[in-house]
Amino acid sequence: MKFGVVVFPGSNCDADCYHVIREVLDEPVSYIWHQEIAIGGFDCIILPGGFSYGDYLRTGAIARFSPVMPAVIEFAENGGLVLGICNGFQILLEAGLLPGAMKRNDSLQFRCHDSLLRVENNRTPFTGLYREGQVITVPIAHMEGNYFVDSQTLDALEENGQIVFRYANVGGEVVPEANPNGSMGNIAGICNRTGNVLGMMPHPERCSEGVLGGRDGALLFQSVVDWWKRGERVGA
Amino acid sequence: MSRTLTPRYSNGWGVAFLFKAKLYVTLKKSVLDPQGSAVQKALHSLGYDTVGDVRIGKYMELLLKETDRDQASVKVREMAETLLANPVIEEFTYELVEETR
Repeated sequence: MKFGVVVFPGSNCDADCYHVIREVLDEPVSYIWHQEIAIGGFDCIILPGGFSYGDYLRTGAIARFSPVMPAVIEFAENGGLVLGICNGFQILLEAGLLPGAMKRNDSLQFRCHDSLLRVENNRTPFTGLYREGQVITVPIAHMEGNYFVDSQTLDALEENGQIVFRYANVGGEVVPEANPNGSMGNIAGICNRTGNVLGMMPHPERCSEGVLGGRDGALLFQSVVDWWKRGERVGA
Repeated sequence: MSRTLTPRYSNGWGVAFLFKAKLYVTLKKSVLDPQGSAVQKALHSLGYDTVGDVRIGKYMELLLKETDRDQASVKVREMAETLLANPVIEEFTYELVEETR
């Protein structure tokens, strides 16, 4: 299974994602420079975290118009797997591949610490190896992770099972105290209607090896490979 | 009625900028503004207790190589809707002033 990691000017988690795919998953991976306009041969594309274009104007707003993005959008529309992490999630929102927008954290602080997530939907290509309701530990590091969407779309996200991760406490309860940024419904990650595009603020690539203090993130990447190798495809 | 203006100055490349767009981007009324709330609290603690809602936004100036006001207006709206404001959470207003530098 071939992974591609898009590199925008200002991406800073690209090498971490590349490392996890190659060293932890032992799968082929290459970088995709933001100026490439044709991207062939990939089965999963990762938009990594960082500060693309310095977060100028709004997070993800300028990256969304990078030369590579029309190809990423076409890939997603054809059922290709796209994973946006942190700044990558913000880019997916700006590109309209996922609904909603990010506001500044309600605390007005950059939040950089472990977060507990409840797996709300384990029937996506990205979460098959988790149990539904499982509480996992994945670190966050962001200033704009305060997810906002209009109430009608929020209802649709709930109904369609598009809310994949929510911030929760150790008991798996979705409570305000567990919400690090003010996100509506404690939302930490959502997918599109067909499930092939996932955006999440926490960083699974930062907790994929025991030496880094946890392996909960590795299960997400392994879920993708497992899903792919079982021959599952979106829209097939 | 739109009118065509004569270029007033050149920027050295033979290009005349005739309009300056002043664009204001703010969070929609229905969207809570965490920065605005923090600033409101700070103002209250300074004794400015008559201050109500505070909204923080962005101000942008765009110099436009346009000679027709209506055309300039169409372009500014288009740019704001495409890139400069995020319609999910933000709204914008703008004004066009003739550039006379």
